[in-house]
Amino acid sequence: MSGASVRKEIRIHRRAAEVWDRIADPGVIQDWFPGIVSSTVDGTTRVITLGSGIAMPEEIITQDPVLRRFQYRITVGVFRNHLGTIDVIDLHDETCLVVYSTDADPRTMALVIGAATAEALVELRDQMESTVDLPTQVKGS
Amino acid sequence: MGRKVLLVTTDQQRYDTLGCNGGALARTPVVDALASAGIRYERAHPQSVVCMPSRSTIVTGQYPSTHGVWMNGVPLPADAPSVAAVLQRAGYKTALVGKAHFEPFLDPFARFPENSLAGSGRETILEPWADGTIGPHRGFEHLEFATHGAAGPLHYARWLVEHHPEAVGMYYAPLDGSLEVNSASGGDTDAPQVKHNPIPRDWYHTDWVADRTIAWLDSLDTDADWFCWMSFPDPHHPWDPPASEMHRIDWRDVPLPAAYPESAADRERILDAKPRHWRQWYDGTLVSNYEAPKDWVPATLTADQVREVNARNAIECELIDEALGRVLGHVAARGWDADTDVVFTTDHGELQGDLGLLFKGPYHVDGLMRLPLIWRPAPSANVTPAVVTAPVGLVDLAPTFCAIAGVDAPAWMQGSALPADDADADSRGFERVLTEWDSELFGVGVHLRTITRDGWVCTTYAPGTVHDGTEGELYRLDDDPHQFENRWDHPSLRTLRDDLLADLRAHQPAPRSPQLAVEAPV
Repeated sequence: MSGASVRKEIRIHRRAAEVWDRIADPGVIQDWFPGIVSSTVDGTTRVITLGSGIAMPEEIITQDPVLRRFQYRITVGVFRNHLGTIDVIDLHDETCLVVYSTDADPRTMALVIGAATAEALVELRDQMESTVDLPTQVKGS
Repeated sequence: MGRKVLLVTTDQQRYDTLGCNGGALARTPVVDALASAGIRYERAHPQSVVCMPSRSTIVTGQYPSTHGVWMNGVPLPADAPSVAAVLQRAGYKTALVGKAHFEPFLDPFARFPENSLAGSGRETILEPWADGTIGPHRGFEHLEFATHGAAGPLHYARWLVEHHPEAVGMYYAPLDGSLEVNSASGGDTDAPQVKHNPIPRDWYHTDWVADRTIAWLDSLDTDADWFCWMSFPDPHHPWDPPASEMHRIDWRDVPLPAAYPESAADRERILDAKPRHWRQWYDGTLVSNYEAPKDWVPATLTADQVREVNARNAIECELIDEALGRVLGHVAARGWDADTDVVFTTDHGELQGDLGLLFKGPYHVDGLMRLPLIWRPAPSANVTPAVVTAPVGLVDLAPTFCAIAGVDAPAWMQGSALPADDADADSRGFERVLTEWDSELFGVGVHLRTITRDGWVCTTYAPGTVHDGTEGELYRLDDDPHQFENRWDHPSLRTLRDDLLADLRAHQPAPRSPQLAVEAPV
């Protein structure tokens, strides 16, 4: 096997819908994913620029608000295969579990990206949990 | 003014590559002279036989279990204890020039300061220290990084791209297109990690490290106290020294290493008496760690390839020796020689043909564990030259630097200042040295713990992918200097083995909890 699969997860004390809203917006990933400094989105194509200056084009494959699943594929040359999957799972107690899976060939990139996703999940949690709870009527307005 | 400290490390250099240690291939007159004037250690071991854990031990003075860098790819936390921080706080100017590798190289997100400093144009960054105060990155006020070849974002690579872009492609690429350790071969014998490198010597990283060290020393006031870690990336593979230097040693004249049985049957018989991952790697059925090329099979290694690798390695050692000579000349020209301590060592060894193997991995034998270590105390300290046979470790370096600087070694350091002679070693309890291996990568886990004491090396294996926890190795060093005969199951040695294992368990360092995550393969 030349590929590898890495899975990271984190529990966030925010409603699944709130967290999903953040993840589902492909153009703000640089706000919660350390090491990504910018992104541009054109239809189903997203180009992220990494801290090292490397630009990585990605194809957005799944953006399912019902399942709360976001999937994308890095299409740059070094990858023989890549699939990134972010699932937001409602735990039905005003919290959710975010699972970030990375399947990649070469396997070394699964490890490197997977490690970065772990840091991204921590950043996402910290950001989400630091936001001030708004009154229900304001949230809905 | 106090004593200055020049720590000189190489990468992956064997004990027997120095003339003062009996090496006959490389000419190393500069280090040999340091040994003659100072203290030469005959049984210095690393606490890990791979780069990141071992280098983290040097800077923290802690075992890998404690500092937490349990395998390559695990970054040393920015707030880990650092002897450089201790010295910087004591008024020393501090620098690290060359290969650091406390943080992973493979870092496209630029998450780690070592990979972003060169691009930022800053000499260091302020980060929390172990005690919560803020200071230069790991206590180093000046950082300039290099590694093998011209790849990556480090200072040397950027310098080469800016000033000699035509040379970038001259180096061997350490990683292949799949970002695995490259198995591509070259040279006269088609040996792995060997390449003809037409780069001019002046542009090679060894001379660059010396040049940049001199430049930093030049920036200091004459009355400054300083701690400088000059860290050469060689003679770690790839073996691609400047072609202009290849005339120094003709590989055809190089004798085969004593630990390389020419008969494949002999090699296989010896390997079969060791835990099974040895033979599995030799046969190409298991590559248990990232540090050896995934697609290279040791059983294919020829005698001529061993000769060529050893010749190239020796040439790289000579270039380091000459570069060190230049730096020491500069230290003397600044009037610092009498007050400068020089410590020369490496992070771990290299199999370099032993038993038909190259590179490194979970193999705790002298090829990887017995290190060159020379301490030339400042002449003003009037230390009597000596040879120390007692076991010491790289974990003892940090407290040694504290002793030189006249500051108390912090309680978090787990070693002791190096002994000045065997009597000193005896009086201060230098009885044993411990080495650890842990790796869990791509579904393969290997775990070793080793004690070296009383002329024996004893290694026990924890359960892992190919070990059930009953395996071990036991070697007697005086009559088996190449560790050919594994006496682990010898009935007459059972009491000795149990005693060594009990001692090993009794001296296990405190483990860091929770375990740090692997962020990259290297």
